[in-house]
Amino acid sequence: MLALLNALPGSVAQGLIWGIMAIGVYITYRVLDFADLSVDGSFCTGGAVAVMLMLGGWNVVPALIVAFLTGLLAGYITGLLHTYLKIPGILAGILTQLGLYSINLAIMGKANQAISVDKYNLAVSLRYINKTIIVSIIIVVVIIALLYAFFGTEIGSAIRATGANQNMARAQGINTGRCIRMGVALSNGIVAFAGGLYAQYQGNADVNAGRGAIVIGLAAVIIGEVIFGTKHSFATKLATSVVGAIIYYIIIAIVLQLGLPSSYLKLLSACLVAIFLGLPAIKNGIGTVKPDKED
Amino acid sequence: MLELKNVKKVFNKGTVNEKVALSGVDLVLNDGDFVTVIGGNGAGKSTVLNAIAGVWPVDSGTITLHDTDITALPEYKRAQYIGRVFQDPMMGTAATMQIDENLAIAARRGKARGLKPGITAEEHKKFYDMVKALDLGLEDRMTTKVGLLSGGQRQAITLLMASLRKPDLLLLDEHTAALDPKTAKKVLDLSDKIISENNLTALMVTHNMKDAIAHGNRLIMMSEGRVIYDVSGEEKKNLKVSDLLQKFEEAAGEDAVSDRMVLS
Repeated sequence: MLALLNALPGSVAQGLIWGIMAIGVYITYRVLDFADLSVDGSFCTGGAVAVMLMLGGWNVVPALIVAFLTGLLAGYITGLLHTYLKIPGILAGILTQLGLYSINLAIMGKANQAISVDKYNLAVSLRYINKTIIVSIIIVVVIIALLYAFFGTEIGSAIRATGANQNMARAQGINTGRCIRMGVALSNGIVAFAGGLYAQYQGNADVNAGRGAIVIGLAAVIIGEVIFGTKHSFATKLATSVVGAIIYYIIIAIVLQLGLPSSYLKLLSACLVAIFLGLPAIKNGIGTVKPDKED
Repeated sequence: MLELKNVKKVFNKGTVNEKVALSGVDLVLNDGDFVTVIGGNGAGKSTVLNAIAGVWPVDSGTITLHDTDITALPEYKRAQYIGRVFQDPMMGTAATMQIDENLAIAARRGKARGLKPGITAEEHKKFYDMVKALDLGLEDRMTTKVGLLSGGQRQAITLLMASLRKPDLLLLDEHTAALDPKTAKKVLDLSDKIISENNLTALMVTHNMKDAIAHGNRLIMMSEGRVIYDVSGEEKKNLKVSDLLQKFEEAAGEDAVSDRMVLS
């Protein structure tokens, strides 16, 4: 129990950083209704770009901004594949993700690049959990505020309308293809930004950092929804996704304390997401739920 | 003025499911025309509306609206000229967005969308008055998600959205077919009101021949992807359902019996 309490601040810190990533996933998964798998690649890209720039002498803030921009670009490519070449969303994301693996290696020059918190001025680090928590909370609040403002604008409303009903959006003169590209780009920008933070937190950028990121992001969104419900304002729903990510990492910490070997973590993640995704069906009795046809 | 010249469309070309949907449609609508469109299943009624709206590109022919050739324009660009209401009440509105948000989207049809507020204080007031004029009691539920409204309410909101910025052309695609008779009548009356008040040019597809006669100043009948009958003015006013059925049988020949059942 004591060990668990000791692990708690670390779980909160990790949860907050992954919560930022979950906000990005929320934009594609919930706002755009687009299951985007490119985030597995762009999360790592963000870390690679941020770490390499900082190793090259850049300050942390511009490094994170460039990480955000590269994520934006990665997402835009997924959007292009989907809207121009008509490749199904999931496949478009997988293609970008796969391509990014090579790009991430090229950016880093090798599979792992360490960045020491003693030599560099990092925004977050697992060595300084309290600072990490405070910095992450500030970033979360700023990002939610910015997104709340953005999705209240004409363009933001157009993106929401595109996600809600493409027929309606086009009939009202909205360029739905452009909205999808913008939405997926924005999502991946945020994910890459989170990746940049996570690499600093871990003290290294790793080519495998983003593996399964989409599952953690989805888990965060869905845990937030299951616990807090979905009848909230947009800003609150983003916040519940962040809390969902924290809860996810607390669950992981508990399970690890109970003695699960860490090599089983990915399996655990997959099971957790399957359970939370399936909860509505389980509640109604498995097999009796008709597929949701409304789109 | 809307002009369709020899518009053709074949679906699933070169497959066993090949279907000639439009086999050369010629049609001219004058400004202020309110045209009702009837015809059997597969006659091409809805297909004509989709061709005009640009849901997919046509195979050949031209579509001109107010001297602008819109044949090659994508759907979302044509939307600046065209207001639409669909058969499916789910299709015309964004279910997860509020009533006022839906209206705000429609208020920007054909305008460049930027980083200005998606909805302004001024609009809140304007939309309130507009929704109140619908007389459905929805004015006090402006922040309700549209998905919680009934089909009739959603069609009324969609009508409002289609006409919020005066369109050069209003396309009504069997927009009352999914509603119960009482609600259908309400929505139809509302359509009449909006069209006459704004002096709109409109095309309304309907399965109901009585409605087709009672509404609008002109009626066209379609069969096998062509316009086979076009009547307006006094002649249209004096039409009876039996006249239409007879016309239909003349044109459709051997298929008349089965299609007649659909029509009546």
